[in-house]
Amino acid sequence: MTTIAMVRAAAFGAGLAMLPGGAAMAGTYDITVDRIAIDTGDFVKRGVGYNKSQTPTILRWREGEEVTINVTNNLSEETSIHWHGLILPFDQDGVPGVSFEGIAPGETFTYRFPIVQAGTYWFHSHSGFQEPDGAYGAIIIEPKGREPFRYDRDHVVQLTDKHPHSGARIMRNLKMMPDYYNRQQRTLFDFLGDAAEKGLGAALADRGDWGSMRMMPTDIEDVQGFTPLINGKGPAQNWTGLFTPGERVRLRFINSSAMTYFDIRIPGLKMTVVQADGNNVQPVTVDELRIAVAETYDVIVRPMEDRAYTIFAESMGRTAYARGTLAPREGMEAEVPEMRSPPLLTMADMGMAHGDMGHGAMQGGTHTMPDGSVMQGAAHGHMDHAGHGAADAGGDPFYAPGSGLTPEAANGGKVLSYADLKAQKPLYAHREATREIELRLTGNMERYLWTINGVKHGDSEPIRLTYGERVRFKFVNETMMTHPMHLHGMWSILDNGSGAWNPVKHVVSVAPGTTVYMETEVDAPGQWVFHCHLAYHMEAGMMRKVIVEGGPAAKSASSAAVTGG
Amino acid sequence: MTRTAGFAAVLAVAVASPALAESPFWGVQVEQFEYRAGEGSDLLAWDLDALAGTDALKFVWRSEGEFALDEDAFEAMENQLRLQVPVTDFFDAVVGVRADTPEGPDRLYGVIGLHGLAPQWFEVDADLFVSDRPVARFEVEYEGLITNRIVLTPSIEVDLPLRDDRAIGLGAWGPKVEIGARLGYDLVDRAISPYVGVHYERVFGATRRLARAAGEDDDAVYLVVGTRLMF
Repeated sequence: MTTIAMVRAAAFGAGLAMLPGGAAMAGTYDITVDRIAIDTGDFVKRGVGYNKSQTPTILRWREGEEVTINVTNNLSEETSIHWHGLILPFDQDGVPGVSFEGIAPGETFTYRFPIVQAGTYWFHSHSGFQEPDGAYGAIIIEPKGREPFRYDRDHVVQLTDKHPHSGARIMRNLKMMPDYYNRQQRTLFDFLGDAAEKGLGAALADRGDWGSMRMMPTDIEDVQGFTPLINGKGPAQNWTGLFTPGERVRLRFINSSAMTYFDIRIPGLKMTVVQADGNNVQPVTVDELRIAVAETYDVIVRPMEDRAYTIFAESMGRTAYARGTLAPREGMEAEVPEMRSPPLLTMADMGMAHGDMGHGAMQGGTHTMPDGSVMQGAAHGHMDHAGHGAADAGGDPFYAPGSGLTPEAANGGKVLSYADLKAQKPLYAHREATREIELRLTGNMERYLWTINGVKHGDSEPIRLTYGERVRFKFVNETMMTHPMHLHGMWSILDNGSGAWNPVKHVVSVAPGTTVYMETEVDAPGQWVFHCHLAYHMEAGMMRKVIVEGGPAAKSASSAAVTGG
Repeated sequence: MTRTAGFAAVLAVAVASPALAESPFWGVQVEQFEYRAGEGSDLLAWDLDALAGTDALKFVWRSEGEFALDEDAFEAMENQLRLQVPVTDFFDAVVGVRADTPEGPDRLYGVIGLHGLAPQWFEVDADLFVSDRPVARFEVEYEGLITNRIVLTPSIEVDLPLRDDRAIGLGAWGPKVEIGARLGYDLVDRAISPYVGVHYERVFGATRRLARAAGEDDDAVYLVVGTRLMF
């Protein structure tokens, strides 16, 4: 945590009062939502910020605390704050139209809820495009008990993809021309290069295959042209976190991007992953990790030398990088690596082997693959590799075999896989799911239409769950994009083959051409949402309302009583 | 008259449908805005689509025209109001009206068409302009990326009169063909992309005979300089 952040957190904590006799603590925090200028080092733009700052606000809470948060809307439009990953009464969840009415301009809304968990989380606006425009911050919750790992200091490393265009304009441009921001398309020169390498026939056939589907192998980042920030600072502004050589430093990575996955590494340091999405995992040491949009990973690094280390986070499509520095003193820098060359999607990411083309599998142009091929690929990955760790010869089981997106470490070392994540201490008793719900992730890139089971949120019926059941969600990704799926209000237990030790998350990223399962203990009554956390996919329709029916009346009643205004 | 009433009915149904309840978007795409220099009179020409609507229904104003600088007159002036509804993943069905108001006789047509993206990234418009002197039109455009900012756009447009309309120089089954190639550079995002190119027009068959009889050339070639615009 930086000194500035410390001061801010202290200011927020000013109202914190300890009640005697071991009763619950209570803290009051104030947040203003403001129009601000954001300077990325590359450009300055108008955006939204909390507490008049482009440096993300950090809320430091204690498990067991009863928090009261006064959110004052200084914008000329409605706002909201969603507490991402927090377990709370649904009317405190901050989704306008689902959990509450939203916060009108000039109004102060008071959130009030108990903190029943620990770890690294974040918060952001759930209104319009305020989150891409800058409305996000970090949450750190100190556990009641002892942490199962040691560290001497911690830093929040909150990433985002700041774009010179406003979110509304980006959405409009994408609707008008879905490849508006794609400046990595295949060109004549790429074609000539391919022809020289593989022969003209093969190069033509490859172009023909993609062209017949009207898809692009470079369609990895819908929105390019952004400057990534770490804690509000662009690569040139170089956010710096201090350490004393030999210390264990906990880095709380949070990906608050609108659209961008990052591959993070710190050349010269191994990272020991100890927490994912706020829940402790059995430690796994890696050289590199890919963080999906809206995920968090806590890692511990131990820099021994008295020198600077670069935190280097390349976007998955290699169009931009975030850069920060860990250093013993302010003002130091380490070498900044070159970005690696951009990946290309393969036919495996389309859910089909190359040889399958020409059967009219893409007839009509839906991104729908024949069920069989998707299922086969995924079943193969799931059965053969899950639970055996990603270091297996088969590669990462959470990517389609032969995928162009499978991450590789820059130094040839270990990349974190979902398969490596094992819960430190299971949150729930392991049991069979009571039923399965299939959610096909669907879309139409040419219309910039993103849907679930082929239906936009606006045209859809809510998903109805019953309190007390354990639902198994089956994601079948039929699109060519990677989707970070986020369920509000309840945990997403990723099935990576670890059984009772399956990791407990709030975002489950589903790579193209794969099928991924997660289970949810339905233990939170009320209305929630379930959506792709890519801002423009959600807006385009990749979202569902979720209604949990039944449940303890007392819980519903108490949550209703908390609603403040 | 009946046609206009029909169009109004379609429009009314479309506006009343819940599709417009979702957040609409809009945009303007000027494919061509250019100066054409050739053997005859130099021209100012444009071809634009202004669009507003939703995924389910788009309302498009399409305007195309040529202004002859020497004659100080609109050689061509065509405006269409088009409603687009998706019918497949990559194609929209189009209904609308087209009004031609150049120098000389005016024309009014109903429009039935398809607009979309064919395999291998060809942008296609196929329209039937309905009247007692109907015309079919087929347009194809391709964006060839030399680099990610330098784009070569070849295009072809064929107008096929299905019946004689001698007053405006159209002979049944005598096509008018326009072929273009424009080399552009994306100067500001995709908002401003200046280009240079060539534009070639030629008439065939009965239409060619009408042109000849009127003492006009049956073909014309222009060097063009202009810009694509998008906002």
